Amino acid sequence: METFINMVLLTLLAVITIGVVRLRNLFAVIILGGIYSFLMASVLIVLDAVDVAMTEASVGAGISTVLMLTVLYMTRVEEAKPVHSPMLPLFVAGVTGAVLVYGTWGLPAFGLADTPLNNHVGMTYMDLSIPDTGIPNVVTSVLASYRGFDTLGETTVVFTAGIGVLLLLRRGVSVARLRRKQQEEESKS
Amino acid sequence: MRLDVVLRVVTKLMLPFMLVFASYVQFHGDYGPGGGFQAGVIAAAALILYALMFGLSAAQRVVPTWLVEKLIPLGVMIYAGTGVVSLFLHENFLNYSALSHHHPVHGQEWGVFTVEVGVFVTVSSTMIAIFYAFGGRGR
Amino acid sequence: MEVIQPILAHFNHWITIFLLVAGLYVVVARGNMIKKLIGLSLFQTSVYLLYISPGKIFGGTAPIIDDKIEVYSNPLPHVLILTAIVVGVATLALGLGLVVRINEVYGTIEEDEIFTQEDDEE
Repeated sequence: METFINMVLLTLLAVITIGVVRLRNLFAVIILGGIYSFLMASVLIVLDAVDVAMTEASVGAGISTVLMLTVLYMTRVEEAKPVHSPMLPLFVAGVTGAVLVYGTWGLPAFGLADTPLNNHVGMTYMDLSIPDTGIPNVVTSVLASYRGFDTLGETTVVFTAGIGVLLLLRRGVSVARLRRKQQEEESKS
Repeated sequence: MRLDVVLRVVTKLMLPFMLVFASYVQFHGDYGPGGGFQAGVIAAAALILYALMFGLSAAQRVVPTWLVEKLIPLGVMIYAGTGVVSLFLHENFLNYSALSHHHPVHGQEWGVFTVEVGVFVTVSSTMIAIFYAFGGRGR
Repeated sequence: MEVIQPILAHFNHWITIFLLVAGLYVVVARGNMIKKLIGLSLFQTSVYLLYISPGKIFGGTAPIIDDKIEVYSNPLPHVLILTAIVVGVATLALGLGLVVRINEVYGTIEEDEIFTQEDDEE
């Protein structure tokens, strides 16, 4: 049953992706992106990653969608018709996909417990979390305690990205716009 | 403009529950799914919803821009500060076991709690600051 | 059953690869910058699946320890992807900031139109 739900959700995900690739109305694409994120969150719940699902639902479907719509408000909704032929990108994507599918035959099957990944450090955390930290949610204890350095670095990345956006957007609100208007007037006269 | 009365009322009804849910996710993160990242994003989403419904200036009256910009580095400082404190208590950087006199496990719980608070502060304020920056640009 | 077994075993991988390839195609083929960023997030979400699916164990539950449960899925990929999602939205915001600035300077976010403008200036 688990496998069946998983497969249905993944197929829906693929269908939505086709829509995202083919549509040229960016508003529709962004809303489809929100649906995509919610579906991805459901898939993640089926795959037992509840923390990740929660993050994906709030970040992917919430914040990213709102940010993209805000930017879309400032630009054009309709995407221009592609000038170049899509053959070369299709070829590149097709070859990459073929190579990767060939690679999957060497990977262990889905859902097995005796794979290399499921027998090393990940499962050690399951045994150690309660005696070491007293925290039942192993994801939290690994995130904040065992791998605290990772999370510190990651918080710093979020901090840096925030600073970057503020540097790009806060100052000089109208300088560039004014310059463009000036140029337009000059070219008219 | 007047036609969105339903949306406005529903927004006002939902906001307190969103904020309570954010703090539930934050403080219950040790026992259920959740933690600083998720709570930070949910809290930011609550304010962004408010800004979408009532305008950016209304949201900026609740949470002013200068405050948000002070909070972004504060969260990183709380996180790194926890590490420095454990360094002064003769342990490794970010090893929280020394934070409690009684038992290393209590120290770990305190450490994880403060670190998650730091993550919450940085993530939520960064998301709000980014939204303010984009929203302020569009006018 | 003989035929369906490899499909069940690798279905997650194939969908992951499909999403990845679709993202790659959008990034390369489309000139609109917002569309490019959406393609980049498609690519990124495929990596979430790539990491999370091998950590799933049949019959297991989410890695929250309880006395009544014996089989758990692997928590390590969850931790790695949790950080990846938040970093992903941070980089997306930075990219959108660049898009806004490009739109203000050039008046368009289509790559080809920007190139023609550049050529005209020369």
